[in-house]
Amino acid sequence: MAAILHEEYPVASDDYAGAGKVSSRIKELLKQMGFGPDVSRRAAIACYEAEINLIIHSDGGKVILEVSDEGVISLAFRDVGPGIPDLEKAMTPGFSTADEEARNLGFGAGMGLPNIKRVSDTFDIETSPDGTNLTLTFRGGI
Amino acid sequence: MKAKEILEALSAKPLALNCEENMEKEYGKAFASDLMSDVLAMVHEPETTVLITGLCNAQSIRTAEMMDITLIIFVRGKKPVDQSLDFAEDYGINIFSTDYTMYETCGILFGKGLEGLRGGDPA
Repeated sequence: MAAILHEEYPVASDDYAGAGKVSSRIKELLKQMGFGPDVSRRAAIACYEAEINLIIHSDGGKVILEVSDEGVISLAFRDVGPGIPDLEKAMTPGFSTADEEARNLGFGAGMGLPNIKRVSDTFDIETSPDGTNLTLTFRGGI
Repeated sequence: MKAKEILEALSAKPLALNCEENMEKEYGKAFASDLMSDVLAMVHEPETTVLITGLCNAQSIRTAEMMDITLIIFVRGKKPVDQSLDFAEDYGINIFSTDYTMYETCGILFGKGLEGLRGGDPA
Protein backbone atom coordinates (compact mmCIF):
# COMPACT_ATOMS: atom_id res chain seq x y z
CA MET A 1 0.00 0.00 0.00
CA ALA A 2 1.76 3.16 -1.19
CA ALA A 3 0.98 6.73 -0.15
CA ILE A 4 -0.33 8.89 -3.00
CA LEU A 5 -0.61 11.94 -0.75
CA HIS A 6 1.45 12.98 2.27
CA GLU A 7 0.94 16.35 3.93
CA GLU A 8 2.00 17.71 7.31
CA TYR A 9 0.48 20.65 9.14
CA PRO A 10 1.88 22.19 12.33
CA VAL A 11 -0.52 22.96 15.17
CA ALA A 12 0.59 25.41 17.87
CA SER A 13 -0.34 25.09 21.53
CA ASP A 14 -3.01 27.59 22.62
CA ASP A 15 -3.67 28.75 19.03
CA TYR A 16 -7.36 29.24 19.76
CA ALA A 17 -7.82 31.72 16.91
CA GLY A 18 -6.64 29.17 14.34
CA ALA A 19 -8.65 26.25 15.74
CA GLY A 20 -10.13 24.18 12.94
CA LYS A 21 -8.09 25.60 10.07
CA VAL A 22 -6.10 22.39 9.52
CA SER A 23 -9.23 20.24 9.64
CA SER A 24 -10.94 22.56 7.19
CA ARG A 25 -8.02 22.25 4.76
CA ILE A 26 -7.96 18.45 5.10
CA LYS A 27 -11.71 18.14 4.54
CA GLU A 28 -11.39 20.27 1.40
CA LEU A 29 -8.52 18.12 0.11
CA LEU A 30 -10.47 14.89 0.68
CA LYS A 31 -13.45 16.32 -1.17
CA GLN A 32 -11.22 17.38 -4.05
CA MET A 33 -9.78 13.85 -4.20
CA GLY A 34 -13.29 12.51 -4.66
CA PHE A 35 -13.95 10.91 -1.27
CA GLY A 36 -17.68 10.58 -0.52
CA PRO A 37 -19.50 12.70 2.07
CA ASP A 38 -19.68 9.96 4.73
CA VAL A 39 -15.96 9.19 4.92
CA SER A 40 -14.93 12.84 4.44
CA ARG A 41 -17.24 13.88 7.26
CA ARG A 42 -16.01 11.15 9.62
CA ALA A 43 -12.40 12.10 8.93
CA ALA A 44 -13.23 15.80 9.38
CA ILE A 45 -14.97 15.21 12.72
CA ALA A 46 -12.06 13.18 14.08
CA CYS A 47 -9.51 15.62 12.72
CA TYR A 48 -11.30 18.60 14.23
CA GLU A 49 -11.59 17.03 17.69
CA ALA A 50 -7.94 15.94 17.62
CA GLU A 51 -6.77 19.33 16.35
CA ILE A 52 -8.65 21.00 19.22
CA ASN A 53 -7.00 18.53 21.63
CA LEU A 54 -3.55 19.52 20.32
CA ILE A 55 -4.36 23.20 20.85
CA ILE A 56 -5.91 22.78 24.29
CA HIS A 57 -3.79 20.06 25.87
CA SER A 58 -0.45 19.72 24.07
CA ASP A 59 2.75 21.72 23.96
CA GLY A 60 2.39 21.78 20.16
CA GLY A 61 2.50 19.18 17.45
CA LYS A 62 1.47 18.32 13.94
CA VAL A 63 -1.16 16.58 11.88
CA ILE A 64 0.01 14.14 9.19
CA LEU A 65 -2.41 13.23 6.43
CA GLU A 66 -1.74 10.28 4.16
CA VAL A 67 -3.91 8.75 1.49
CA SER A 68 -2.96 5.36 0.13
CA ASP A 69 -3.36 4.09 -3.42
CA GLU A 70 -6.09 1.81 -2.02
CA GLY A 71 -8.11 4.82 -0.86
CA VAL A 72 -7.34 4.53 2.86
CA ILE A 73 -7.10 7.85 4.69
CA SER A 74 -4.65 7.96 7.58
CA LEU A 75 -4.55 10.84 10.05
CA ALA A 76 -1.75 10.97 12.60
CA PHE A 77 -1.46 13.49 15.40
CA ARG A 78 1.99 13.81 16.98
CA ASP A 79 2.75 16.15 19.83
CA VAL A 80 5.73 16.89 22.02
CA GLY A 81 4.04 16.41 25.37
CA PRO A 82 3.05 16.53 28.13
CA GLY A 83 1.14 13.27 27.52
CA ILE A 84 -2.22 12.13 28.87
CA PRO A 85 -1.85 11.32 32.58
CA ASP A 86 -4.74 8.81 32.70
CA LEU A 87 -5.70 7.50 29.28
CA GLU A 88 -8.52 5.33 30.59
CA LYS A 89 -10.20 8.36 32.17
CA ALA A 90 -9.59 10.45 29.04
CA MET A 91 -11.47 7.83 27.01
CA THR A 92 -14.47 8.03 29.35
CA PRO A 93 -17.30 10.15 27.90
CA GLY A 94 -17.77 13.27 30.00
CA PHE A 95 -14.33 13.29 31.64
CA SER A 96 -12.48 16.53 30.94
CA THR A 97 -9.48 18.46 32.18
CA ALA A 98 -10.06 21.38 29.79
CA ASP A 99 -9.81 24.91 31.14
CA GLU A 100 -12.14 27.89 30.88
CA GLU A 101 -10.68 29.05 27.55
CA ALA A 102 -11.38 25.69 25.91
CA ARG A 103 -14.91 25.71 27.30
CA ASN A 104 -15.46 29.17 25.88
CA LEU A 105 -14.69 27.67 22.47
CA GLY A 106 -17.48 25.16 23.00
CA PHE A 107 -15.10 22.31 23.78
CA GLY A 108 -14.04 20.56 26.95
CA ALA A 109 -17.22 18.49 27.27
CA GLY A 110 -15.15 15.35 27.69
CA MET A 111 -16.35 13.89 24.40
CA GLY A 112 -13.23 14.43 22.27
CA LEU A 113 -11.47 11.06 22.34
CA PRO A 114 -14.72 9.04 22.56
CA ASN A 115 -16.03 10.93 19.50
CA ILE A 116 -12.78 10.33 17.61
CA LYS A 117 -12.87 6.61 18.36
CA ARG A 118 -16.53 6.33 17.34
CA VAL A 119 -16.05 7.79 13.85
CA SER A 120 -12.70 6.13 13.03
CA ASP A 121 -12.23 2.71 11.45
CA THR A 122 -9.00 2.13 13.38
CA PHE A 123 -7.82 4.03 16.45
CA ASP A 124 -4.36 3.70 18.00
CA ILE A 125 -3.05 5.87 20.77
CA GLU A 126 0.23 5.86 22.68
CA THR A 127 1.07 8.43 25.29
CA SER A 128 4.00 9.32 27.54
CA PRO A 129 5.29 12.56 29.07
CA ASP A 130 7.35 12.99 25.86
CA GLY A 131 4.26 13.13 23.72
CA THR A 132 1.13 11.50 22.41
CA ASN A 133 0.79 9.69 19.08
CA LEU A 134 -2.72 9.20 17.83
CA THR A 135 -3.17 7.37 14.53
CA LEU A 136 -6.52 6.90 12.82
CA THR A 137 -7.61 5.37 9.57
CA PHE A 138 -10.74 5.72 7.52
CA ARG A 139 -11.95 3.54 4.67
CA GLY A 140 -14.64 4.67 2.35
CA GLY A 141 -13.17 4.60 -1.11
CA ILE A 142 -12.72 7.36 -3.59
CA MET B 1 -39.91 23.08 7.81
CA LYS B 2 -38.38 25.22 5.15
CA ALA B 3 -35.61 27.57 6.24
CA LYS B 4 -37.71 30.57 5.28
CA GLU B 5 -40.56 29.27 7.49
CA ILE B 6 -38.11 28.88 10.38
CA LEU B 7 -36.97 32.45 9.85
CA GLU B 8 -40.55 33.65 10.06
CA ALA B 9 -41.57 31.46 13.03
CA LEU B 10 -38.68 32.82 15.10
CA SER B 11 -39.03 36.44 13.88
CA ALA B 12 -35.35 35.94 13.13
CA LYS B 13 -32.92 38.11 11.26
CA PRO B 14 -30.79 36.54 8.53
CA LEU B 15 -27.18 37.32 9.48
CA ALA B 16 -25.85 35.51 6.47
CA LEU B 17 -27.73 34.21 3.46
CA ASN B 18 -25.04 32.24 1.72
CA CYS B 19 -27.20 29.74 -0.09
CA GLU B 20 -30.50 30.88 -1.57
CA GLU B 21 -31.33 27.29 -2.57
CA ASN B 22 -31.19 26.16 1.07
CA MET B 23 -33.84 28.73 2.05
CA GLU B 24 -36.33 26.51 0.19
CA LYS B 25 -34.92 23.31 1.66
CA GLU B 26 -36.93 21.16 4.10
CA TYR B 27 -35.30 20.63 7.48
CA GLY B 28 -36.68 17.74 9.50
CA LYS B 29 -34.73 17.94 12.74
CA ALA B 30 -32.94 20.31 15.06
CA PHE B 31 -30.27 19.98 17.73
CA ALA B 32 -29.56 22.61 20.37
CA SER B 33 -26.27 22.82 22.24
CA ASP B 34 -23.40 25.11 23.17
CA LEU B 35 -21.09 22.10 23.35
CA MET B 36 -19.63 21.45 19.94
CA SER B 37 -18.47 17.91 20.79
CA ASP B 38 -22.10 17.05 21.49
CA VAL B 39 -23.02 18.38 18.06
CA LEU B 40 -20.22 16.34 16.49
CA ALA B 41 -21.44 13.25 18.37
CA MET B 42 -25.18 13.54 17.95
CA VAL B 43 -25.97 14.87 14.50
CA HIS B 44 -26.31 12.04 12.00
CA GLU B 45 -28.34 13.70 9.25
CA PRO B 46 -26.55 17.04 9.10
CA GLU B 47 -27.89 18.13 5.72
CA THR B 48 -31.44 18.35 7.11
CA THR B 49 -30.67 19.19 10.75
CA VAL B 50 -30.72 22.74 12.09
CA LEU B 51 -28.10 23.73 14.67
CA ILE B 52 -29.45 25.96 17.46
CA THR B 53 -26.75 27.45 19.66
CA GLY B 54 -25.75 30.32 21.89
CA LEU B 55 -22.08 29.70 21.16
CA CYS B 56 -21.33 32.75 19.18
CA ASN B 57 -17.83 32.29 17.83
CA ALA B 58 -16.00 30.79 14.88
CA GLN B 59 -16.14 27.28 16.35
CA SER B 60 -19.90 26.92 15.91
CA ILE B 61 -19.44 27.73 12.22
CA ARG B 62 -16.39 25.44 11.95
CA THR B 63 -18.46 22.65 13.49
CA ALA B 64 -21.21 23.21 10.94
CA GLU B 65 -18.60 23.18 8.19
CA MET B 66 -17.09 19.87 9.37
CA MET B 67 -20.53 18.28 9.63
CA ASP B 68 -22.06 19.75 6.44
CA ILE B 69 -24.75 21.49 8.51
CA THR B 70 -26.32 24.22 6.39
CA LEU B 71 -28.40 26.25 8.87
CA ILE B 72 -27.34 27.74 12.22
CA ILE B 73 -29.65 29.71 14.51
CA PHE B 74 -28.05 31.91 17.15
CA VAL B 75 -30.34 32.55 20.10
CA ARG B 76 -30.84 35.57 22.36
CA GLY B 77 -30.01 37.97 19.55
CA LYS B 78 -26.37 36.91 19.48
CA LYS B 79 -24.15 37.69 16.52
CA PRO B 80 -20.79 36.19 15.70
CA VAL B 81 -17.92 38.46 14.72
CA ASP B 82 -17.83 39.40 11.05
CA GLN B 83 -14.79 37.26 10.37
CA SER B 84 -16.75 34.13 11.31
CA LEU B 85 -19.56 35.14 8.98
CA ASP B 86 -17.03 35.51 6.17
CA PHE B 87 -15.99 31.92 6.25
CA ALA B 88 -19.58 30.70 6.60
CA GLU B 89 -19.97 32.20 3.12
CA ASP B 90 -17.30 29.87 1.74
CA TYR B 91 -19.34 26.84 2.78
CA GLY B 92 -22.85 28.02 1.89
CA ILE B 93 -24.03 28.04 5.51
CA ASN B 94 -27.08 30.19 6.25
CA ILE B 95 -27.14 31.92 9.64
CA PHE B 96 -30.13 33.36 11.49
CA SER B 97 -30.31 35.22 14.75
CA THR B 98 -33.44 35.22 16.94
CA ASP B 99 -34.19 37.18 20.09
CA TYR B 100 -35.86 34.13 21.64
CA THR B 101 -33.92 32.15 24.26
CA MET B 102 -32.69 28.69 23.43
CA TYR B 103 -35.59 27.07 25.31
CA GLU B 104 -38.17 29.24 23.56
CA THR B 105 -36.54 28.67 20.17
CA CYS B 106 -36.64 24.91 20.66
CA GLY B 107 -40.25 25.04 21.88
CA ILE B 108 -41.46 27.08 18.93
CA LEU B 109 -39.75 24.89 16.33
CA PHE B 110 -40.77 21.64 18.06
CA GLY B 111 -44.36 22.88 18.09
CA LYS B 112 -44.13 23.50 14.36
CA GLY B 113 -43.05 19.91 13.76
CA LEU B 114 -39.27 20.10 13.73
CA GLU B 115 -38.21 16.93 15.54
CA GLY B 116 -35.40 16.49 18.02
CA LEU B 117 -32.63 13.95 17.79
CA ARG B 118 -33.29 10.90 19.95
CA GLY B 119 -31.22 11.21 23.10
CA GLY B 120 -31.42 7.49 23.77
CA ASP B 121 -29.76 6.59 20.51
CA PRO B 122 -26.14 5.53 20.86
CA ALA B 123 -23.84 8.31 19.71
